[in-house]
Amino acid sequence: MKYLCLVYLEDEKLRAVPDRECAACGDGFRKSGLLVAAEALQPVETATTLRVRNGRVSITDGPFAETKEQLAGFYLIEARDLNDAIQTASKIPPAREGSVEIRPIRELDPR
Amino acid sequence: MVVTDPVHETVNAVYLSDSRRVLATLIRLLGDFDAAEEALHDAFRAALEQWPRDGVPANPRAWLVSAGRFKAIDAMRRRARFDPLDEAGAAAEIAAVDAPAWADAESIEDDRLRLIFTCCHPALAPDAQVALTLREVCGLTTEEIAQAFLTPAPTLAQRIVRAKAKIRDARIPYQVPAHAELAERLDAVLRVIYLVFNEGYAASSGAVLTRHDLSSEAIRLGRLLVELLPEPEAVGLLALMILHESRRAARTSSDGELILLDDQDRSLWDRGQIEEGARLVEQALSSGTAPARGSAAGERRRVGPYAIQAAIAAVHAEAPSSDATDWAEIVGLYDALARVDASPVIELNRAVGVAMRDGPAAGLMLIDVILARGDLLDYRLAHAARAELCRRLGRTADARASYERALALTRQGPERRFLERRLGELGN
Repeated sequence: MKYLCLVYLEDEKLRAVPDRECAACGDGFRKSGLLVAAEALQPVETATTLRVRNGRVSITDGPFAETKEQLAGFYLIEARDLNDAIQTASKIPPAREGSVEIRPIRELDPR
Repeated sequence: MVVTDPVHETVNAVYLSDSRRVLATLIRLLGDFDAAEEALHDAFRAALEQWPRDGVPANPRAWLVSAGRFKAIDAMRRRARFDPLDEAGAAAEIAAVDAPAWADAESIEDDRLRLIFTCCHPALAPDAQVALTLREVCGLTTEEIAQAFLTPAPTLAQRIVRAKAKIRDARIPYQVPAHAELAERLDAVLRVIYLVFNEGYAASSGAVLTRHDLSSEAIRLGRLLVELLPEPEAVGLLALMILHESRRAARTSSDGELILLDDQDRSLWDRGQIEEGARLVEQALSSGTAPARGSAAGERRRVGPYAIQAAIAAVHAEAPSSDATDWAEIVGLYDALARVDASPVIELNRAVGVAMRDGPAAGLMLIDVILARGDLLDYRLAHAARAELCRRLGRTADARASYERALALTRQGPERRFLERRLGELGN
């Protein structure tokens, strides 16, 4: 069984935990065979919301998911840049019904 | 430094004509807006020092790009020395790699398009697209943009900083969209330009009805876009803006009061602009049915909403008076517009055209259908148009109610006074 563990932080606490601590935790999990994937995210200001309606892709700034919408799944994708990521994300089927938030990964700084 | 120094004047002239092109290329070479802006300033500072001594180079733009690039690489290397683990060192090496393509004329022209498409990227907030375009493509200062949009300067500066951070962190690429995405992305660019134009043409709030600078900036942007990417809709938008602009002198009285199209002194319309606008409409409509650049053979690009709106403006512009306007043609064009871009506002404009063609009762019936459907109930121009038609039909009480509704919804000084005047003229 796999479990998704989601991390929530207030804006001003985004850097409260040192990156090296998170990196070490990830390394430990990986060595014990516990980890599938772990990434930190860029702040919410970098988010882009994608929807597909009637076959047309619409893009907006921000994480403006409807409050009725809940986190229903995730795809961790590899892309050259945001346009490339949009191309791939527009093929995710639930984009037709709800919205897909595209958020860039932040590389941990292990120092 | 003496201001009358001819070399100094040359530097100023080159700044005015070329600083945006140089910036656009530096952003591509350095991959970062802020670094490119800093490099641009360094390059012009170097020009002020070196050109008086060494003479003005044969190709000032290439000189500035090259100087800016070396200054930026220098700065990155200095930073790398202090902070050896920083990415700056690697970035400096990447930027220092000789890119023989950077100077060729075609990629430099493309840089300006890249800059426009990046500033108008749909992943940026609409407000930010407008601010960034005016700042980076037009070279307006943050203060100028803030003033034009009646926004506090710090708010506007913050908007620009956030947009640049998103471009960097979400990695919005510096590129002209691929053909498959071009139409949609071009729409976003056209929307930004038209928004800037409208903000200047009819400020949505405040005492001054026209803010000329923003309109001329939008037309300048429109011309640049047509020069770089002569798509039918880009040509259509340019035509539309120029045709609106041709009526500027007739739109307001000497004391700043609003004058409706029907009542305008048509001798004040700018004939030169009308001719240019009409020529562009022709171009947009004819290229709209020809195979578009880069499209598969036989594929025809549909005439879009900007070209059709421009055609409507051209019919008005070429009519000697309101009565002599070809209202049947206008209604037909609104039908065409509704087919490509159906909306209640277009329906309203069509209804006004029908009123002119078939009489106020016919138009009023159509407006009442729109309002009964619940559309445009908060749109001041729907109530103003209804009031106008009721007045012509002698339905004074209905006219009064609609003028009052329009008045309650308007935020613009001149428009408010116009409606008050009309109400006053109704009598009892």
